[in-house]
Amino acid sequence: MTASDIHRTVDAVWRIESARIIAGLARLVRDIGLAEELAQDALVAALEQWPESGVPDNPGAWLMAVAKRRAVDRIRRQERLERKLEEIGHGLESADPAPEFDAVLDTEPIEDDILRLVFTACHPVLSPQARAALTLRMLGGLSTEEIARAFLVSEPTVAQRIVRAKRTLAEAGVPFEVPEGAERADRLASVLEVVYLIFNEGYAATGGTAWVRLDLCQEALRLGRILAELAPQEAEVHGLVALMEIQASRSRARTGPSGEPVQLLDQNRALWDRLLIRRGFEALLRAEKLGTPPGPYVLQAAIAACHAQARTAGETDWARIAALYEVLVRLTPSPVVQLNRAVALGMAYGPERGLELVDALVAEPSLKNYHLLPSVRGDLLARLGRLEEARAEFERAASLTQNAPERAALLNRAAACALS
Amino acid sequence: MRFLMMTTDDNASAGNPPDERMMAEMGRFIEEMSRAGVLLATGGLDPRAIHIESSGGKITVTDGPYAEAKEVVVGFALIETRTKEEAIELSRRFWQIVGDGKGVIQQVFGPEDLQAGR
Repeated sequence: MTASDIHRTVDAVWRIESARIIAGLARLVRDIGLAEELAQDALVAALEQWPESGVPDNPGAWLMAVAKRRAVDRIRRQERLERKLEEIGHGLESADPAPEFDAVLDTEPIEDDILRLVFTACHPVLSPQARAALTLRMLGGLSTEEIARAFLVSEPTVAQRIVRAKRTLAEAGVPFEVPEGAERADRLASVLEVVYLIFNEGYAATGGTAWVRLDLCQEALRLGRILAELAPQEAEVHGLVALMEIQASRSRARTGPSGEPVQLLDQNRALWDRLLIRRGFEALLRAEKLGTPPGPYVLQAAIAACHAQARTAGETDWARIAALYEVLVRLTPSPVVQLNRAVALGMAYGPERGLELVDALVAEPSLKNYHLLPSVRGDLLARLGRLEEARAEFERAASLTQNAPERAALLNRAAACALS
Repeated sequence: MRFLMMTTDDNASAGNPPDERMMAEMGRFIEEMSRAGVLLATGGLDPRAIHIESSGGKITVTDGPYAEAKEVVVGFALIETRTKEEAIELSRRFWQIVGDGKGVIQQVFGPEDLQAGR
């Protein structure tokens, strides 16, 4: 192997192993920031030594052993320092911590540590952006540069964000543990929010080179799938995985030949990835089998599944979708969810029903500059034959969207209203 | 990126059916790959392949067994990794468990490759 081959191999091993290494170390040192630094030290050692020695048979164990040695050295140094500071009075225990470490690491499966790492990196004391950066770094094994590229921000910004996040966690004394009891639901919501934020950052594709963005979707999917195995009793985790699998199944169909977005109902369903749809259904079934009342992700996944099940747009079960939105709007009463519900009502029971709800949303301040509101309203008006009003709505929607192909599509619809 | 990892039968292992220890290790490895969100699908294939050839509008179907057995794919795993190197590393681990044998890894093109070609 050449030096650059080795480099790429080290990189691959790191991506596969880093979360386990950082999680295991964090259990020892009780500080995820420090754990990550120690793991990085081991990575540097691998980059230095493997070109000479070759890649070890069990590269993950090699990295873990080196990182553990560094942790022990670090703690010994710390102890020596503390002993000097406390010359008077009782000394600290001087037993060799290394065997103790091995004992600690053998008692519990590493998966528990990975779950602790997820909950710590996604602690609500951090902003969602900081949580996302830290999660990608600690659990995805992404470099600062890769995270910066994915989020379309500069490398120093991401580096800063991560340093600050680590400091915040240390200062807040966030324990390295899986929250239990009343706190657990909120903390889990915070984790799922981060995973879905990463997914949407990729899925929404507001800018940047497309492939980087799709990478972000896959990263979120991978995180979700891992989480589903770590916390299989949480229906919302399976719900989120199902939602992401089904949304990702449409990747190939959601842009046209010249990169223009293709709306769900206009997509060529033959391009949908059946494998991901099947995985999405399986995840949704796992959620439903748990028998807990459906949360927001399970409901959204169930809606996505309705679309995935319809062989053609015309076969969509809109009545079921409208009913699911009604439950969803009670859990998360957001105007955007209401707007989606209006679309479903309009499809299931005729445009009047949809328009009734949309008209009630027009005064909603948070939707004032949301282009989908006039776009939906225009569509309903057009179906009612109120073409002049529809045209005005499509034009308004066109003036609000930032997306050039979408603007063109909306202006086309406005023009069509004027013609007929 | 998706990769299809395939094992081809080179008859080397024909005399040595997999032992229990290897099966257990393989089970653990497969479970670990699923848990890591990497393994999308896996399966074993009947080596008695049916061959179909279309030539000048004429379709010929030949039922196996086939003469050149060493090129026949006997097992596959569809995996999703971030890089080619990650796929190779996972394949290395697979072969560490299996022992002697041969395989191929091919990338399965996805939407990202379609977009790159635009």
